[in-house]
Amino acid sequence: MGMLKDLKTLLDEPTVRSLRAGDVVYFTGEIFTMRDQAHLRALKLLDGRGLPFDLEGRVIYHCGPLVKGGRVVSAGPTTSMRMERMESDLIRRSGVRAVIGKGGMGERTLSALQDCGCAYLEYTGGAGALAAKSAKGIRQVFWQDLGEPEAVWVIEVEKFGPCFVTMDSHGGELRKGAFRP
Amino acid sequence: MTLDPAEIAKVIRLLESELPLDVECLLRDATAREVGLSRTVMETIIKNVEYARQNSIPMCQDTGTLIFFLEGGFDIRETEEEIGEAVAIATEEAPLRPNTVNPFTRENDGRNLGRGNPLIHFAAGSDSDGLPRIHIIAKGAGSENASRTCMLDPDQGLEGVKRIVVDAVRGAGSKPCPPIFVGVGIGGSHDHSALLAKKALLMDMRERSRDPMVASLEADLLEEINRLGIGPMGFGGKTTALGVRAEWAHCHTASLPVSVCIQCWALRRVSCTVKNGRLTVDGHA
Repeated sequence: MGMLKDLKTLLDEPTVRSLRAGDVVYFTGEIFTMRDQAHLRALKLLDGRGLPFDLEGRVIYHCGPLVKGGRVVSAGPTTSMRMERMESDLIRRSGVRAVIGKGGMGERTLSALQDCGCAYLEYTGGAGALAAKSAKGIRQVFWQDLGEPEAVWVIEVEKFGPCFVTMDSHGGELRKGAFRP
Repeated sequence: MTLDPAEIAKVIRLLESELPLDVECLLRDATAREVGLSRTVMETIIKNVEYARQNSIPMCQDTGTLIFFLEGGFDIRETEEEIGEAVAIATEEAPLRPNTVNPFTRENDGRNLGRGNPLIHFAAGSDSDGLPRIHIIAKGAGSENASRTCMLDPDQGLEGVKRIVVDAVRGAGSKPCPPIFVGVGIGGSHDHSALLAKKALLMDMRERSRDPMVASLEADLLEEINRLGIGPMGFGGKTTALGVRAEWAHCHTASLPVSVCIQCWALRRVSCTVKNGRLTVDGHA
């Protein structure tokens, strides 16, 4: 396994460029949940009047959290490959510095990570209860009309991990060949 | 027979926060077999399972769509109402993530209801004491999206069946949260084979079919799938599947329907017996 790193958001390019496939990261700070519908809407808005939040230097999380009474109950990752058709555009146009999900992503995302200085990380799929343990609170929520799983939740996390860097900004990949989705 | 929606809601909470005994045993055995990153992933899964149980919270944020299998003399209309109410209560109290949406507008009713939900299958049958039974499974989308149905030609035979199952697992790769469980439905019709595949997931994953032909198919498939080397979360390893079970039915002489129901490691299901309207859960840790 690679290096163990504690990262605080926001992230800058040199920090992200220092990450290599195999590194294990624990995040502290704000992360933005964004999955299918939020990607669709974000790309539409980037064509027009822009986003209601700034993703420059941000970490996005492929996650539809289970939220009750303003508290995050369970918040593991969702399958990232569903976002493959949209992710490279979002990375190129929003300045996002890290994407967390599960299952890996494809060629288009990998080249956007290289071009823009972004990294793709994975948290263990299904481990939602444990993930929620590191959520300290919900700071903001956008696009609740999309429904609870699809809204953008800005979650304050403390030592959220282990997140494994599986695709880095130098073309490095942990999953190769047959295991690539 | 009248069921208490609040009691069913409690059973739903149990199913979301605690794994059945067979599933947890298989996860623990697999953890010991893995090394490196795959071992770390398995250990995270075990920690998560324990944490969810201790705190009685859903182990995964994808609490799935709930599918009910009822065996015995239930009044269909009354039971549909009671179960619908149970799901609405569980959505608040388990809690469940509101997962069901209109497929055209993607609108979410916030209650896990809406047209066709929850799905309830009624059948005759009962336990050995003649008591009605309820089985519930929570099916997340990550694995359900990897499931498939194929209509083979009869000449493709058992080898064709195996190829469909192994191809489905290979194609799914890291996406359905492996190590997975696989339910296989053979025969019946297009729709029936899919139902059989889902019902296969209700069976004890440590056991084999009493039918020797089916038992050897289950064993062969488990071995072939684990030779793929996908491993936990697709990071490589010995365990791609924890269990394979198959169900079958006679089919049309011109058909060989095969369905593969892929299930993530979190096989959340519960079985209960109904006596005087009260539920007794069995087979849980």
